[in-house]
Amino acid sequence: MGTLLLEQTLNGLQFSVTLFLIAAGLTLVFGVMNFVNLAHGSLFMVGAYFAAWFAGMSGSFWIGLLCALPATALVGLVVEVLVLRRLYAKDHMVHVLATFALILIFNDLVRIVWGPLPLPLDLPSGLAGAIQLGPVPYSSFRLVIMLSGVLVGLLLWLLVTRTRMGMWVRAGANNREMAIAMGVNVKWLYTAVFTFGTVLSALAGVMLGPFVAVESGMGDGVLILAFVVVVIGGIGSVLGAAAGALIVGVVDTLGRTALPALLSAALPPTIATSLGSALGSMMIYLVMVVVLFWRPSGLFPANS
Amino acid sequence: MLTKKSQSALVWIVLFVALACFPWLATWAGQDFYIGVVIRIMIFAIVASSLNLILGYGGMVSFGHAAFFGLGAYAASIAVVHGANNVWLVWTLAAVVGGISALAVGFVATRTRGAYFIMITLAMGQLFYFLFVGLRQYGGDDGLRMPTRPALGFGLDIASESVFYAVVLIWTFLMHLLLARLVRSRFGLALEAVRENESRMGAIGYSTRQYRVIAFAVAGVMAGVAGALLAMHNQFVSPKMLHWSQSGTLMIMVALGGMGRLHGGFLGAAVFLLLEEVLSSYFSYWHIFVGAILLLVVMVSPDGLAGLGRLFKRKAATPVDEGHAP
Repeated sequence: MGTLLLEQTLNGLQFSVTLFLIAAGLTLVFGVMNFVNLAHGSLFMVGAYFAAWFAGMSGSFWIGLLCALPATALVGLVVEVLVLRRLYAKDHMVHVLATFALILIFNDLVRIVWGPLPLPLDLPSGLAGAIQLGPVPYSSFRLVIMLSGVLVGLLLWLLVTRTRMGMWVRAGANNREMAIAMGVNVKWLYTAVFTFGTVLSALAGVMLGPFVAVESGMGDGVLILAFVVVVIGGIGSVLGAAAGALIVGVVDTLGRTALPALLSAALPPTIATSLGSALGSMMIYLVMVVVLFWRPSGLFPANS
Repeated sequence: MLTKKSQSALVWIVLFVALACFPWLATWAGQDFYIGVVIRIMIFAIVASSLNLILGYGGMVSFGHAAFFGLGAYAASIAVVHGANNVWLVWTLAAVVGGISALAVGFVATRTRGAYFIMITLAMGQLFYFLFVGLRQYGGDDGLRMPTRPALGFGLDIASESVFYAVVLIWTFLMHLLLARLVRSRFGLALEAVRENESRMGAIGYSTRQYRVIAFAVAGVMAGVAGALLAMHNQFVSPKMLHWSQSGTLMIMVALGGMGRLHGGFLGAAVFLLLEEVLSSYFSYWHIFVGAILLLVVMVSPDGLAGLGRLFKRKAATPVDEGHAP
């Protein structure tokens, strides 16, 4: 029980890290442009597809990763310039509908380009094994994901709080009109932020690709989780995204595994497994509802 | 020259008669299949209209509406599985379940604003979705079969397709009548005023949140009944009916038909389901066309397809905006 709990906690943390990468881009776009982007999950999917495609052609996971990031960035750039740029000034309803339309388009587009079957994306050969972590052997690729995620998170924090670009981003999130008046080129700042968010999301797609099937619609479930993260953390706050990702990743993983086990101690086994798995999947949404009821703008509101 | 009101009443009477005659026409033409399509259109017209009350008239971007629809369907199916054999009881149950769940969601969600509102309605919808995925005694992921349609009484056999068609037709028009009366009532006008300027309405002394929550509950009742009808039509319900992408589909219908327009839900459901019927018979990847059409409509005409016509008319004469009086 103890080692299982440790392993599941580690899995939860690794899931948190990937969620953070997706949610960070989402929360920046949300906070800076006040734009609800449902298509963020589609860019996650496109990233995974590009990685599987390039890796399949070159035979190397790392070449796949290196080519997938700029390729997905280009897709994000095109979408921003052609479609999204025209929508920022409109209300949330239009954002939701237009980006929902983009999800439908992207989900069919990948099937048209790469076929209806999932693409395989293998673990990099050097990292397929396990490392002994105290009493438990743990996948070294998962550890690399965790470390690189934390590294990217730190980099992002430095970028937002210590650079001129980051200052513009914060200015844009806090008071758009004032930022424009002070001479920030908001149009291209928006494009840059969106493309940057796309790259983070694609990176998460490449990292999760080996664990889940690279297939059409793979970004839809992740998108909803990322939204839960952003909302729990507070829209526009990178720190909030980190806290939210930690909560959601750990609660979700532990809820699914530990809850049925805990309930079976108190209830008959058939009811316990059924109720446990239902409650396990519902946990994060319950957490979100409770957080929002208690703090309607999330844990770390960006504009306060 | 007819007045606007009697013009609209005339359209409804013509539509009612046309829909009432449709089964005979379809049978005569040997196209019985389309009777089922029209039943689906009418049921989705009820749900889309109920969402329009929240979305269009209330101005609240609710992304969890499929939950109330699915809850009504599950309430009906579970009641029948447990031996309920009276359709009036089943409808009442579905309406109550839909209404109470919508009341709860509305109560929690209206505490928040903007993007938080969208996300909390989405999350609460997913909450119900996972509830039914997890409930294995009611089929879980595989869904639940409704063994028979509950009895209607009056010596009518609801298992016959023509009787069921008539029942759905009557429900659809009753619900539209309800919506029409509601949006023209004091309540409907206040709801629209809250959408336009909440703080001003609050300052006059309206408890604005109450109006929003009641709109949710009424829409939930309508969606619950529609869910029971769909469960009876398919004699099957699965958790997919509550999934967030289904909520998105309902939003597409309202957006296509026209937000805050009385006929928006009806028009949108008809256009979307016919589009689905036609496109899916020719292309295996038909969602891409729906996506492209939706993108075009929201970028060009925020009023939906009904507004598209006005877009061209605008050049000839200044339009009179009935829905958004200052």
